[in-house]
Amino acid sequence: MSEVLTVPRSRRNVEALLLIVALTVAIGANWLVGLDKENPFDSAFWLQGGTLAALALIFHILLRFRAKYADPVILPIVIALNGIGLAMIYRLDLALPADGQPVAPSQFLWTTVAMGASIATLLVIRDHRILRRFTYISLIVSAVLLMLPLTPLGVEINGARIWINVGVGTFQPGEVAKITLAIFFAGYLSTNRDLILLAGKKLGPLQLPRFRDLAPMVAAWLVSIGVLIFQRDLGSSILFFGLFMAMIYVATSRVSWVLIGLAMIAVGGYAALQLFSHVALRIDSWINAFEPEVFNRNPGGSGQVVQGLFGLANGGLVGTGLGQGRPDLVTYANSDMIITALGEELGLIGLFAIVLLYILLISRGFRAALGTRDGFGKLLACGLSFTIALQCFVVIGGVTRLIPLTGLTTPFMSAGGSSLLANWIIVALLLLISETARRPAVKGPVRETFPEGKQNRNTPATDTTREVSA
Amino acid sequence: MNQAIRRSWIVAISMFALVLGSLTYVQFFEANALENNDWNTRQILQDYGKNRGAILVDGRPIAESVPSNDQFNYQRVYNQPEMYAHLTGFFSLVNGSTQLENVMNEDLSGSSDDLFIDQMIRLFSGAQAQGASVELTIDPQLQQMAWEMIPEGQTGSIVVMEPATGNVLAMASKPSYDPNLLAAHDTSVVVQNIEQLAQVPGLSIYFNPATQSLVAPGSVFKLVVAAAALETGQFDAESTIPNPPVLDLPGTDVGLPNFTTGGCATRDTADLEFALEQSCNTPFAQMAWDLGEQAVLEQAQEFGFGERFFIPVEVAASQFPTELSEAQLAQSAIGQFSVAVTPLQMAMVSAAIANDGVLMKPNLVKAVRAPDLSIIDEPEPEVFRESLSADNANQITEWMVNVVENGTARSAAVPGVEVAGKTGTAEVPEQGDNAWFTGFAPADDPEVVVSIVMQDVDIATGAQLTSPNAKRLIEAVLNR
Repeated sequence: MSEVLTVPRSRRNVEALLLIVALTVAIGANWLVGLDKENPFDSAFWLQGGTLAALALIFHILLRFRAKYADPVILPIVIALNGIGLAMIYRLDLALPADGQPVAPSQFLWTTVAMGASIATLLVIRDHRILRRFTYISLIVSAVLLMLPLTPLGVEINGARIWINVGVGTFQPGEVAKITLAIFFAGYLSTNRDLILLAGKKLGPLQLPRFRDLAPMVAAWLVSIGVLIFQRDLGSSILFFGLFMAMIYVATSRVSWVLIGLAMIAVGGYAALQLFSHVALRIDSWINAFEPEVFNRNPGGSGQVVQGLFGLANGGLVGTGLGQGRPDLVTYANSDMIITALGEELGLIGLFAIVLLYILLISRGFRAALGTRDGFGKLLACGLSFTIALQCFVVIGGVTRLIPLTGLTTPFMSAGGSSLLANWIIVALLLLISETARRPAVKGPVRETFPEGKQNRNTPATDTTREVSA
Repeated sequence: MNQAIRRSWIVAISMFALVLGSLTYVQFFEANALENNDWNTRQILQDYGKNRGAILVDGRPIAESVPSNDQFNYQRVYNQPEMYAHLTGFFSLVNGSTQLENVMNEDLSGSSDDLFIDQMIRLFSGAQAQGASVELTIDPQLQQMAWEMIPEGQTGSIVVMEPATGNVLAMASKPSYDPNLLAAHDTSVVVQNIEQLAQVPGLSIYFNPATQSLVAPGSVFKLVVAAAALETGQFDAESTIPNPPVLDLPGTDVGLPNFTTGGCATRDTADLEFALEQSCNTPFAQMAWDLGEQAVLEQAQEFGFGERFFIPVEVAASQFPTELSEAQLAQSAIGQFSVAVTPLQMAMVSAAIANDGVLMKPNLVKAVRAPDLSIIDEPEPEVFRESLSADNANQITEWMVNVVENGTARSAAVPGVEVAGKTGTAEVPEQGDNAWFTGFAPADDPEVVVSIVMQDVDIATGAQLTSPNAKRLIEAVLNR
C-alpha cells in the first residue's frame, strides 16, 4: 500500500460553515414548499427546522470533541440530502387528498432517531477498529436480520417479503444487514487476505484464485440469490452482491475475482429470469415500457416507471419549481420514486446538484479508505461508500430506464425509517474511519503550526491498534 | 490495496456518470417526446388543475375555479351558466375550450407575458400559479333583461352596445346550455352530456349565436343601402324614387313586392325618408340597381361586412354576395337572397350611424387584472371603420327617428326621448321569418345601441318580441 498524504488539520470550522449552507438549503426547501399554504411559518415548520439544526449542531459539537479530525464535508452533505428529502416528502403530503396519511412527520421522527443512532454509534464505538472483533458476530446478526422477514414476524408488501412488523410500524432489516455484512466481510477479508491471495492456476493473463478460496464469493452469491428467491427483492440482491464484489476486489486487487463474480451473477440472473416471474416481468417492463399491454399491466407493469419518466420530462432543464409540478401522479413518489419527484420540481440542474452531492459523499468515503492505515478500515469504508454509489446507480438508473426498475430506496432521501437509520449509521462509521485517516500520526498535543509543505508519514501499512487519544 | 480502492472509486464515478447521462437524456433530449406521449396526462392536469382566473361581470364571477378534491386541484364553475354560456364558452377536458375561456386563455391560465413579473416571483417563491381575472363590459341587469326577453324555446339574440366606445353591455342568445356540464372532470360524464346537448334543436355549444350565427337581415339591411346611396352622392334627401307595388325582376317570372298591408301603397314615388319609414322594398331595389353591386358591397364593408374579427371572441364575417344578376341584386338590397349577418353586425351598423359615422370596434373586455388586482390590460376604445360621413350619419339618424315616430318601429318609442330605429322582417325558406329591430337612443347624443333578432317567428310574434323589447332596454340604460 502506498502512503497517502494528508495535512492533519481539524477543519471543524469549515464543517460549521458548510453546515450553515446545508441547513439553509434544507430549511429553505421546506419553506418554499410551505409557501403554498396560508401560513408557511407554522409551528411545525419551526419545530422541524429547529430540530434539524439542533441535531446538526449536537452532531457537530460531538465531532469537535470525539472525532476532531473527521472529514468536514460528510456531515453537511448528508444533512442537505436528508433535508431536501424531508422537504419533498412534506411537499407530497400537501398533495394528498384530505383523508390521506401524511408521511413527513414520521420521516422527521425517523430522521431524529437515525441521527440519534448515528451519534450513539460515534459515542459507543469511538474507533472503527473495535468492530473487527465482531466479525463473526456480524455474520450471525446479518443472517438473523435477513431471515427475520421470512419468520412469522415478516410482512409482505408489494410482493417483496423484506419487512418485519415491529408493532409501531414496519422495518426493513435488510437495510441494517448491509452494514453488518460489510463489517463481516471487512473483518473476514482483512484477516484472510493473504490466504486468498495465494495464487491458483493462471488462465492467460488472469491469475485465478485457488478453488477453496472461492468460499466467501460463493457465500456472498448464495446470500444474494437467497434474498432474490425468498424475499423476491431484486434491488437488495444486486446491492449485496455489489458490496461483496467491491470488497473482494479491494482486498485482493485482482480483476479475476470481479470477472468470476460477474459470471456467477450472469448465471444466477439467467436462472432467476427463467424461474421467477417477478424478475422476468421487471425485465419485460423495462424493455417494452411503452407497449400498451405492458403499460397497463398490474402488477408488474411499466406504468410506474413511465409516469416517472413523464415527471422527469415535465421538469426538463430547470424544473417546475417546488410545489409547482405534479410529482404526486407517480406511485411511491416519496419513496422509491423520489428522484422523479425531485427531477420534476428541481429539474435536471437540481438533480445534477443532488447527484454531485452523492459523488462528493462517496468520494470522501473512498478518501477515508485511502487515508486510513488499517486494512479493515479500508475495506469497510470502501464497501460502505461503494454501496451508497451502487444504490444511487440502481435507483436513478431504474427510474430513467437505464436499467430495470428495482425497488430500492434513495439513500437519505426516500421515505423509510430503516433506510434512514442504516445510512446514518454508515455516516457515523465513515466519519470514524475518516478521523483515523486524517488524524496526525504524532501523539500528544497537536502543534499550532506546521512546517511548509505536507507532513510525510512513512508508516508501514500494518494494522496497529493504538490507543485512541481522547 | 490503495490502487484497488482508486479503481473502485473510478467504477463508482463511472456509475454516476452513466446516471447523469441517462438523466440528461430523459430530461433534456427525450423530454419533448415524453411530453407529447398520449399517456402523458400531466399537461392536461396542469392546464385543468390550475387556479384559473375568474371571468367577472360587475365584480361577480360568472366563471371561476374553486378548489376540488380530486387529482385536478381545481374545478371550473359557472354561475348563472345558461345566461352567460355563449360569452364564457366552456373549459373542458374533453373538448378543449371555446369563446372567452379560449381566447383569454393566456391571461386566465396565468401564462400570459403580462404576468411575467408574477411568474418570476412565483418561480422563486414557489407559490401556486394563479391566473389573471377578466372583467367584462357586460351590465348584469341589462344582460338579465335581455336574457328574459327571449322566450324559452325561441331562437334569438339581443345585443346592447355603447356606440361611442364599442363596449358590449348585453349579449344574450337562446337556446343556451350549461357549461358546467362540460367542465366536469369525469370524461365519460362529459361525453354523455355533449351527446345530449347535440340533440337540442338550434343549439351548437361551439359558437355564440350573437357573433357567429349568420342570419338573413331583411329590411334592416336597407340602412346599409341608404348609407351607400348618400355616400356615393347619387341620392340625397330630396331624391325621389319610383315606388311601384311590385317590381318586375328581369330574367325571372317573379316580382319584388312591397308589403300590401303597409303604408307604401299610399304613394307611387318615395323619398328615402318615406321608403325607410314604411320599409318599402321597390325603391331600395331600384336604388341598388342605380348604385350597382360594387357600391353596396363597399358600403357594407365599411360597416364591417366581409371581415372576421375578434372582440376578443371571434365574430364571423357577415356576407354580402357578389356577381349578382339584377334580380339577385334587387333581392339583396332588401336583405334577402344570400345576404347574411351576425346579430352583432346589425348593432354595428346602428352604432356607426349613431356615432357620427365612426364605427368603434365592439369590445367585451373591460379589464384584465393580475391576481394582486393590479390592472395588466385595459382595452382602449378603438376606431374600427370610418363607415360614413357625419352629415350622412345624422341624415340617416333623422330618418330612423322618423321610423320610430311615424313608421314601422312605433312600439320602440320612449316618452321624452328621441329613439332612432329600423325594423326588419326577413323571409327564410321553409321556416318562419326573422324579425329584426336595430336602433339607438337618444338620437342627438346616442348612449345605447340595441339590436334584436328573433328567428323563425310569425309576423305578429316577431313584432312583439323586437321593438317593444328594444324600448325597455333603452329605458333601462337611460334610467341607469
